[in-house]
Amino acid sequence: MSSIPASAFLALALILFCIGLYGALTKKNTVIVLISIELMLNAVNINLVTFSKYGVAPSITGQIFALFAISVAAAEAAVGLAILIALYRNKKTVNIDEVDTMKN
Amino acid sequence: MEFVHEGCQAPCSIKGIVIMMENAWLIPLFPLLSFLILLLFGKRLKEASAYVGILFTLASLVYSILVLFERFSEPTYGTNFEWLTIGDLHLTAGFEVNQLNALMLVIVSLVSFLVHTYSKGYMQGDERFPVFYAYLGLFTFAMLGLVISPNLLQTYIFWELVGVGSFLLIGFYFYKEEARAAAKKAFIMTRIGDVGLFIGMILLFWQTKSFEYKEIFAAVDAGEISTSMITLTAILIFIGAVGKSGQFPLHTWLPDAMEGPTPVSALIHAATMVAAGVYLVASLFPLFAASKTALLTIAVIGAFTAIFAASIGLVQTDIKRVLAYSTVSQLGYMMLALGSAGYVAGVFHLMTHAFFKALLFLAAGSVIHAVHTQNIEEMGGLWKKLKLTGPLFLIGTLAISGVPLFSGFFSKDEILAAAWEGGHPILFLLALIAAFMTAFYMFRLFFMVFTGEARGSQKHVHESPANMTYPMILLGVLAIIAGYVNTPWFGTFLGDWLVDGNEALAQHGHIEGPVWIMIAATVVSLAGIYLAYLMYYKRSLARNWLSGTGDTLHTIVLNKYYVDEFYQLTVLAATTAISYFLRFIDVFLVEGLVKGVVGIVQGLGRAGSKLQSGQVQTYGAVAFIGLALLVVIFAFTGGYLR
Repeated sequence: MSSIPASAFLALALILFCIGLYGALTKKNTVIVLISIELMLNAVNINLVTFSKYGVAPSITGQIFALFAISVAAAEAAVGLAILIALYRNKKTVNIDEVDTMKN
Repeated sequence: MEFVHEGCQAPCSIKGIVIMMENAWLIPLFPLLSFLILLLFGKRLKEASAYVGILFTLASLVYSILVLFERFSEPTYGTNFEWLTIGDLHLTAGFEVNQLNALMLVIVSLVSFLVHTYSKGYMQGDERFPVFYAYLGLFTFAMLGLVISPNLLQTYIFWELVGVGSFLLIGFYFYKEEARAAAKKAFIMTRIGDVGLFIGMILLFWQTKSFEYKEIFAAVDAGEISTSMITLTAILIFIGAVGKSGQFPLHTWLPDAMEGPTPVSALIHAATMVAAGVYLVASLFPLFAASKTALLTIAVIGAFTAIFAASIGLVQTDIKRVLAYSTVSQLGYMMLALGSAGYVAGVFHLMTHAFFKALLFLAAGSVIHAVHTQNIEEMGGLWKKLKLTGPLFLIGTLAISGVPLFSGFFSKDEILAAAWEGGHPILFLLALIAAFMTAFYMFRLFFMVFTGEARGSQKHVHESPANMTYPMILLGVLAIIAGYVNTPWFGTFLGDWLVDGNEALAQHGHIEGPVWIMIAATVVSLAGIYLAYLMYYKRSLARNWLSGTGDTLHTIVLNKYYVDEFYQLTVLAATTAISYFLRFIDVFLVEGLVKGVVGIVQGLGRAGSKLQSGQVQTYGAVAFIGLALLVVIFAFTGGYLR
């Protein structure tokens, strides 16, 4: 286990974050956008756990924090989906390009 | 507020005796109260508004008379409190009751009270009856405030307020085009004069650091102001008086002001406001007296106006306009008197003129009320139909013509004596000719209105109601007896009282002229009456015997020497040209600049709002790029931009 260096975990988190960011900024389907955001959150969780093990001052706090982030993300996903459903009922679409009421 | 007692020398240290004068500031407040009440409740009070106005002016009148009587036995009372303090500068407000002020208070409140009473009959049935009374209250307040002001600044404020009152009342029938135009003309013409007054006032303030009459006179007396400066300020202030008192060349508004209701003409444009110019010169007399040039200017303008307006009055056919020109002419007389150093003569004539001219206007109003026309060619034969108005009008006519034993005779005689003793034989001659013309045109008016055959369509001619005739009767009595307060026969009570205790004025008191002046004045006025009698009563002389058949002279005079047309062609044309030029600048230059600025700001705004696409992902991308840039900068510089 300890043979895997911290940089590998960090690289995985980076890749995951970039994929999530790409998806969040480019995908037209709002469901995909929400999933992409989850990806970015999980990338952060990986970072937290990694530093709780390999950080300058290893501590269990990082893992606990990751658990908090997961539970909050779950709640956030529920709220996000609820908003999405309300949006769909009003607009009959989940295409994010067509949701531009903030225009001008 | 700290009250500073001024003019309070030894005698008035006995407290409580001057109780009336101490509270003289109440006098102008009564009409103000009437104005406010009518403004708020006029619509509900309707015809009862008249009683409100009459009651409050009666209060003013009673109080003014009490003050006048108290002033007979007590010295001048004045009080001031600090109004504004700007740096080291203390501006004061207050009031003063000296002889001239006390006299003016009674004249103004009396005429105002009578006009209030008269209007109840004259304005009966007018839709804006309460408004009329409200305006009358405002005007009376302003005029009474003007006459008790102890300093130039306060005078100026009330001076303008009086102008507003006049404007509102001339334009009372604002649905008539002429009334609107006349109101505007009156306001603008007097404003021209006011600018002169304002500059003069500021110059005096610059020289003496005070607006107070007393301090100005003290500075003049002590020789603190150079003679040329005195002349300049005096003439500038006189320009203000020229505007208000309808002196040449700013006289043209006064005849046009006759578009207002007739009681207003009697109150404002005969007895009180137009006399304000004369009053101003009189109350600043020590200043004027210090400059020979200023006095001469006043005398010349006054004499010229007197004869100029009288000659126009000879041919006018509108009853009110004849009276208006006679007012202008009589005001010229007063100015001539003041300019000839005849302080008492000027003030005396101001008083008698207020009575007989108010009487004439009210009587003219009664005539107009009866026949519904102002054109004297359409009147005639009214003597038998208007049993009261006729004799009253005759009394006024006799008084203004200077027939012996009537009030106008004594005051005119005083003025002629002042002009003669003042050393201006030419001005004296002009005044004498003007007196002849006055007698002639006034009797021409009388004969054309009251004698001969009825011309035009006169239907239902009836005498006016009692509340119109009683004021006229009272004025008629005053027009006869007012002259006896200052006669060379029974004593010059008024003249002695006016200059009593005032050294600056003492040398300009009653002027005893040679006896031949009185005889000459009588002969001249009787000659004028006789000529009018021949031409308009017996008709043994043709009406055009003087002007002949060529009629050029007649046309020129009938058109008032084309002064209005002259202004139209010169001053007005120039002003219009300048206005067009400025409008051009405004439209193309100023507005162009403004539009340019607006365009730039709008363009920027439009470009900025393009960025707000509403696309969440774009926002996210921009935020991310920004963050990335920050990180890159942080990485390269370590957080510090150098």
